[in-house]
Amino acid sequence: MADSATLEAVNIDNEAGNFTYPEDYEYDAGYGLTPDTIDYISDIKKEADWIREFRHKALKIFNKKPMPTHWASKDLENIVFDNIRYYLSKGQKPTRSWDEVPDDVKETFERLGIPEKERKFLAGVEAQFDSEAAYSNVKESLEKEGVIFVNSTEGLREHPELFKKWFGKVIPTGDNKFSALNSAVFSGGSFIYVPPGVKVAHPLQAYFRINAENFGQFERTLIIVDEGAEVTYMEGCTAPKFETATLHSAVVELVAMKDAKIQYITVQNWSNNVFNLVTKRGMAHENAEIRWIDCNIGSRLTMKYPGVIMKGRKARGEVISIALANDGQHQDTGAKMIHAADETTSNVVSKSISVGEGRSTYRGQVHIPKHLKGCKNNTECDALLINSNSRTDTYPAITVRGNQHATQHEASVSQVSEDQIFYMQQRGLSEGEAMSLSVNGFVNDLVREFPMEYSVELKRLIDMEMEGSVG
Amino acid sequence: MSQTLNIQNLHASVDGNEILKGLDLEVPKGEVHAIMGPNGSGKSTLSKVLAGHEDYEVTDGQVMMDGIDLMDLEIDERSREGLFLAFQYPHEIPGVSNANFLRAALQARLPKGEEIDAVGFYKEMYAKMDALSMDRKFTGRAVNDGFSGGEKKRNEILQMMMLEPSYAILDETDSGLDIDALKIVAEGVNRMRCPERGFLVITHYQRLLDYIVPDVVHVLFDGKIIKTGGKELAHELEEKGYDWLTNELVAV
Repeated sequence: MADSATLEAVNIDNEAGNFTYPEDYEYDAGYGLTPDTIDYISDIKKEADWIREFRHKALKIFNKKPMPTHWASKDLENIVFDNIRYYLSKGQKPTRSWDEVPDDVKETFERLGIPEKERKFLAGVEAQFDSEAAYSNVKESLEKEGVIFVNSTEGLREHPELFKKWFGKVIPTGDNKFSALNSAVFSGGSFIYVPPGVKVAHPLQAYFRINAENFGQFERTLIIVDEGAEVTYMEGCTAPKFETATLHSAVVELVAMKDAKIQYITVQNWSNNVFNLVTKRGMAHENAEIRWIDCNIGSRLTMKYPGVIMKGRKARGEVISIALANDGQHQDTGAKMIHAADETTSNVVSKSISVGEGRSTYRGQVHIPKHLKGCKNNTECDALLINSNSRTDTYPAITVRGNQHATQHEASVSQVSEDQIFYMQQRGLSEGEAMSLSVNGFVNDLVREFPMEYSVELKRLIDMEMEGSVG
Repeated sequence: MSQTLNIQNLHASVDGNEILKGLDLEVPKGEVHAIMGPNGSGKSTLSKVLAGHEDYEVTDGQVMMDGIDLMDLEIDERSREGLFLAFQYPHEIPGVSNANFLRAALQARLPKGEEIDAVGFYKEMYAKMDALSMDRKFTGRAVNDGFSGGEKKRNEILQMMMLEPSYAILDETDSGLDIDALKIVAEGVNRMRCPERGFLVITHYQRLLDYIVPDVVHVLFDGKIIKTGGKELAHELEEKGYDWLTNELVAV
């Protein structure tokens, strides 16, 4: 294939998200991270003592923990923690009406199409701008059934008993350096509780927007779905393209009680200056199901391995992920499946696409201990390379002890061949369109797992990444 | 403007080896021309050069399609201008359904901002699939993925029928077809014959030409057309082989 077209296809940013409004913040924790930063954040949020202590303790752990450089990309060393601001907000309280949202914030979300999506198909929306939510609303009917959907600050204040019970239990502070960082400075993110038996028919959506340069966004999400209840949560993320590095480091904890179902969908489209270092894990009790559906487009470096701890008998965990690494990007993604009860089942399907000098890595961990019976795991990872200088690596670690389990693992690497593109071009598609269609074909079976509105969005994002200015 | 596909003194190489060595050929609209020739004579090279495959370097000569210089155009531009190549080995496109592929190809022919009419598209596609005895389930299957040889070739003809080219090149469309599939494919081609369309049928065997009866037959040997005649030339070749022509050539 002509290198010119592929060269043009790389370096394309999603222009739809590439805009910014002037900075005008009432609260700014300043650059760098010290115990004072934590007190500053805690003071603004008027937090209880236990949470302030939790943050200080986390900071100590963060400072002590080494970077995970023994296996991760050296690029992590380029994060200068002193050049980052850890809290920025306009002092806004999240409103329930878009009319009350500050103009520039409102315009931001309108340009990203959030209010429109809410009207069309969502049961609730939370929109976070830098450190705090600007808008948060859930349909009245759900509220009446006892569904709670607020940001984490409000969750802590209004529902401390629920929050405290599960907070930091699925992902301990010291899990890794970045979970410790998040635990020290977290702000925003969603707190969701679905009472027993309530099945939320439409998705709840959170949207995370970074507007400021040299900033770190550290949202903290906790979702608790009680016995027999069900919810689908979706998050979208964007940031403008800055010259300097921006950090996004979230912690997401899910708890699915007996017979509950959680589906967590991410469509991330960070600009390629963002370090996206996220820890996501769910705990599935008896016969519960947790599915992570994860789409990673953009960012400079993403390290994300959604996990499920299958704690109860017959619990199920699933990770379905799509990653697209363009020039200058590294998508280091995967899954962790921890089987901790009999007859638990996990499924991992990962597809990655590397374009230009883009690099994608699959890192998977499956753990089935010896004393269990009847556990199953299926892992499939497929990589598609667009150019000969693209790179993909697969590191599956499957630890299965005992002989009463079933596991299978399949991996494949393929390349969009010159002849395939020639064939498609001969039918009238431009080189960019042919690439785009090939890539969409590669991920097609996974895209079907996304709700319709999102699969359309996903296809559009892939088209933009692949096509760009190629005519 | 002349309504022909006109090839003059075409020289083309692959990896520095010259394959086409001054080929002259003219296919006017409304005619079916067959190209026959032994293995290695340059038949498939000709089809790839006309379509614009980047492995082939055109070193001399020109190709005009209805007065437009083909060599100035990209692969996809040639297609949209009306050139179609039915591949000898159609490529698979995993995960992309036949319907979506055809739709994308037709969409590429519309001006920006204009959307294809989905209802009309399916209606037309189903009618053409019926003509080729293709199962409706076929629309949802990925392009050529897991297709038998016959299915692939039928799919090429379906694409041709949908895209309605001005000039269609059929590159050994008969290879790998049993007689029933061959008849269906030939019938599809015959239905497409009209004064507004020219065909260049490349084949190794005369058999196909019993069903797609050509107006003119050319013999390609060592990168050049060495003989041109009517449809009876194909029968003559079937009987005598290529040797009588090539020996003659060597003798000259």
